[in-house]
Amino acid sequence: MEADSKPKKSGARLCCVCNQNRAALKRPKTLEQICRECFYAVFEEEIHQVILENQLFKPGDRIAIGASGGKDSTVLAYVLSELNRRHNYGLDLFLLSVDEGITGYRDDSLETVKRNELQYGLPLKIVSYKDLYGWTMDEIVKMIGLKNNCTFCGVFRRQALDRGAALLKVDKVATGHNADDIAETVLLNILRGDIARLSRCTSIITGEDGPIPRCKPFKCTYEKEIVMYAYFKKLDYFSTECIYSPNAYRGFAREFIKDLERIRPRAILDIIKSGEDFRISTTTKMPEQGTCERCGYISSQKWCKACVLLEGLNRGLPKLGIGRTQGLNSDAKISNGMVIQEESVQGQLFCTNQVNPEDQFFGFYICKK
Amino acid sequence: MACNSSTCNSSGCYKGYEEEEQPKPNTKAAVNGGNSCQNLCVKCKVNEPVCCGIGGENSRFCKDCFKNNLYGKFKQAVTYNAMITPPDKVLVAFSGGPSSRVVLQFVHEMQYKAQKNYDANKDKSLPVFGVGVAFIDESSTHSFTSLHIEKAIEDIRLIVSNLAPPSKELFVVPIESIFSSDGIDGKERLKELLDAVSDVTGKEDLLIRLRILLLQKIASENGYTRIVLGTCTSRIACHVISATVKGQGYSLSADIQYVDSRWEIPVVLPLRDCPAQELNTLCSLDGSLKIVELLNGPCSGINGLVSSFVKVLQEENPSRECTIVRTAGKLTPFHFNRVPEIHDSNVPSATRRHQKRYTLKPNGSLSSDSFCPICSSPLKKSNFPSSLRSHGNQQNPDLIASACSSCQFQILPKDPSLMEEFLSVLPQQMITKAKHGDQGDFSLLR
Repeated sequence: MEADSKPKKSGARLCCVCNQNRAALKRPKTLEQICRECFYAVFEEEIHQVILENQLFKPGDRIAIGASGGKDSTVLAYVLSELNRRHNYGLDLFLLSVDEGITGYRDDSLETVKRNELQYGLPLKIVSYKDLYGWTMDEIVKMIGLKNNCTFCGVFRRQALDRGAALLKVDKVATGHNADDIAETVLLNILRGDIARLSRCTSIITGEDGPIPRCKPFKCTYEKEIVMYAYFKKLDYFSTECIYSPNAYRGFAREFIKDLERIRPRAILDIIKSGEDFRISTTTKMPEQGTCERCGYISSQKWCKACVLLEGLNRGLPKLGIGRTQGLNSDAKISNGMVIQEESVQGQLFCTNQVNPEDQFFGFYICKK
Repeated sequence: MACNSSTCNSSGCYKGYEEEEQPKPNTKAAVNGGNSCQNLCVKCKVNEPVCCGIGGENSRFCKDCFKNNLYGKFKQAVTYNAMITPPDKVLVAFSGGPSSRVVLQFVHEMQYKAQKNYDANKDKSLPVFGVGVAFIDESSTHSFTSLHIEKAIEDIRLIVSNLAPPSKELFVVPIESIFSSDGIDGKERLKELLDAVSDVTGKEDLLIRLRILLLQKIASENGYTRIVLGTCTSRIACHVISATVKGQGYSLSADIQYVDSRWEIPVVLPLRDCPAQELNTLCSLDGSLKIVELLNGPCSGINGLVSSFVKVLQEENPSRECTIVRTAGKLTPFHFNRVPEIHDSNVPSATRRHQKRYTLKPNGSLSSDSFCPICSSPLKKSNFPSSLRSHGNQQNPDLIASACSSCQFQILPKDPSLMEEFLSVLPQQMITKAKHGDQGDFSLLR
């Protein structure tokens, strides 16, 4: 069925759920005409069901919410606190933010997170690349250029989140990865030839055998719906894309999925379903898990990726760990055989690569901030 | 900027760096010390190169080597998977496009060589395999003038008759003959069927299914033992993406292997390793490989979107299609993705041993899969709860419940009151399949 690209003003149409109020919008996921209150209700209820069915949390858990100040993490913080209250999850929630040191982007979004701390009453912890690694992203980009910088950022962020989570002594980290993100990741892994990641990327809980498990409560939530929810609820979030993102390969998959959603909205969930159903042999060579010799972090090689990259930066060898190169020196026998572009799918919470989302489909509403 | 190349020496490096800034293929060739034969075919190093393979600058071939390279890929696929053996009769599906023209040509050349060997051989122990050609006339689904399609059919007849000896039978069959009833009735029924499908992508996919069913019908009614399709790497890459997008991730690995024995007559894909770009180049280089242009119209809906997407990716990186197919190739195939074992004593034991050695090892359980009656895709067991079977339409509870989720969404009518009518216009083969749906095919379990 051809879908309209803009939600029409419904006129006399009634909300299909309550049949009482006038329908105010068209739900991106199902194209149903729905009123605001019912939209909030169904949005929140679906997330609640995902949390229950996948047993994401248990009472007494301390949960760190990866907070960037962007729409996904802001809505996640808002909805989780709300559901925690409403359904008595019994969770201790925290906001955990990573400062990569990107001027004009991160410093502004951090202000938003600080406001969120006050608005939602959730304690905030900020960890920075500068403190952890001695490098900001701006400095890294100056050194390596614009091509592989997402890789550095993603690898560093993953560790930063874990370090922050350890400092907060939490049981789990919840990130705002939404259905669009996961669908893009499935496609990217097919395009890049990464069968190992393909088998893991649709899991709602990852890293259970690592330092801190992570979960993605928004796995079945559409990005458009998150934006709509944030807009109507007037939530405070920072909506500019990372200044380094236009060159990312993920952009191809993103464009494609946007076009796809216009023709068939359910395709996003279908991609995730395909990803879950792929017949991948469990005997496929998977990396063996050990620890990094240099920093003790989880790693399948002698040195974890972050240490390899750092070594490269510190030694002025920006290509170290990028592409299928040999490691530092043959004595150390470090070889990271994985092509580095694949790493860029990690931690996409903060690099949303999203052009001002409201402009896309809110043409009807006056929304420019 | 430091040069990271480990193979350069300082003076050559500086020059190489400078050349990189102003790409001029000829001077670059002169500078690359090692490759002194940039102006010669990389394979035979004798002739002038006339074209590039997928590898770009590094794979410039002369016409003969280019063709031999492609033929080599074809031949390897056939031998490695035991696709064609002496007692076989293969039906080549011909659409008129470059891929089917090339596969027809290559199959013919293979048959021709086999014929020559047979003639030269005294004891005549190895019979030559038979080849037939099938063209499906889909003009009733479009608005072609009958002149256009008649001209196309004439061209095809000419092509096939020129590919003798050995002579090949040509079947020109209209798509509506999938229905057992004849002529006008068939056209009406087909129109009714396609009109009942509201989703554009569903319509296209249903038509593809009907095509396969018709090929099966032609092959089995005329004693053919194999169906050869000219499906190339590019088309498979598109299928990988579009199947993922339609939620068919489980069954994807069934459709992209060299051999597909789900049906009565196994379907083989000998051009699986050949990119469309190379097949197109071959057709344009070789004047005798005439293509028959049929304006089937571009695909719209999801299939068209995926095609353009893959095209964009190819432009960014010419080996992207190969990577996609290679990744999908790592998914576990099904037990029917190999040629059924040969028990024919006419086939020399050497061939049988060869086939045993090289066909895919069956994966894990050989348990019978259930298949979607409409698209024949294997169904994941958990997606098919038995409780569903008792619901719905009393006459045909099997079909609705046993269809895969993709067909349920894009092909079956949403309105339950239209279901009866829809089922009445489906080809009989699909209804029968539904009845035997979850019994699977036990013949391969021996």
